[in-house]
Amino acid sequence: MRLPKPRGVLSEWVLGRLAGTPSVGDAPAADGPDDEAIALWALHEVLYRGFEDASDDAEGDVGLFAVRHRLESGLEERLRSRWAGSDATADVGPAGVPAALEALVAADHGPSLADHVRRHADRDQVMELLRQRSVYHLKEADPTAWVVPRLPVRAKAALVELQFDEYGAGDPNRLHAHLFARGLEAVGLRPEYGAYVDDALPETLELNNALSLFGLRRRLRGAAVGHLAAFEMTSSLPSRKLVQGLDRLGMDGPMATYYDEHVEADAVHEQLAAHDICGTLAEDEPDQVDAILFGAFTCLDLEARFATAMFSSWGVAR
Amino acid sequence: MSQDFAHPDVVLCPHGPMLVRGATSIQDADGTVHAVERPVVALCRCEKSSRLPWCDGTHKLIPR
Repeated sequence: MRLPKPRGVLSEWVLGRLAGTPSVGDAPAADGPDDEAIALWALHEVLYRGFEDASDDAEGDVGLFAVRHRLESGLEERLRSRWAGSDATADVGPAGVPAALEALVAADHGPSLADHVRRHADRDQVMELLRQRSVYHLKEADPTAWVVPRLPVRAKAALVELQFDEYGAGDPNRLHAHLFARGLEAVGLRPEYGAYVDDALPETLELNNALSLFGLRRRLRGAAVGHLAAFEMTSSLPSRKLVQGLDRLGMDGPMATYYDEHVEADAVHEQLAAHDICGTLAEDEPDQVDAILFGAFTCLDLEARFATAMFSSWGVAR
Repeated sequence: MSQDFAHPDVVLCPHGPMLVRGATSIQDADGTVHAVERPVVALCRCEKSSRLPWCDGTHKLIPR
């Protein structure tokens, strides 16, 4: 993947420095949320597959690390203020975590992209949705893989059991990110990793940046697995609707196969995530309870913001 | 602290599916045998799944 296009003065500074161009002065203040989001996304990407046109030294650049740290802190503060402003912050003990996750998900009434795809979306809207989703799905499960070494025994074993399935249980053909790439190709979109980052809405980038933030900070391990639980708990039924929508539009084939796989897989994963991962982490490290619920709330909240942005870009009232 | 943890092969989820670990095939209620391709499977217990014998999350739509 090549470096994305800058979206303002901060991302221009960051991307230039990633490319190895000597930078002048300190990082400037961001032009806005979009500028900030693409800068942080690129700084995180250095830690995943990286960019073919970025310098390998970027990983150890303390100037870039300082910018990343500042942007991550700003993002966390923003996410926490949304969590504090919600009415979901109930007093929950460790044993109550699986039920609290269930309650959070049940109380979520964000606009449903899956309902729209199932019944109304046209082909262009589905293609746009897939381009936006590709930013995450082509690195599906990767942000959560950072968390493995940070967990106690039971949660670690359970997370790896879940991730093993995400990564195809040893079969590269069944690796979820690869299934999505095959799906993109089949519907005529570009399957290369990171192909549509320049088209990503700020909401798409924020969603991805939050996943990386939770995965990369040990302190936020609870938020990472809480996010995972909420994601898995809101996946099976919507995936089935997406399959129906793709079939309705004559887009059956590998992309429908990708979502079809998630109907059954995530019915398993949601149980593992809520009980075996989040439940045991809460029991073993009770100070992570709040982080778990914060992560779950953030997943639902960012998905709702993303869905709202998509509907608004299509001029569809929700 | 090191201890043995409970790690059952079959788990009944409250108001949810039955998780089965390490199975290679499952026979459904009609007698059809399904190959298992994932390390853990969730078997439907509410009988409303569109993917029997697998759970598809439909139980969450059923009032308790």
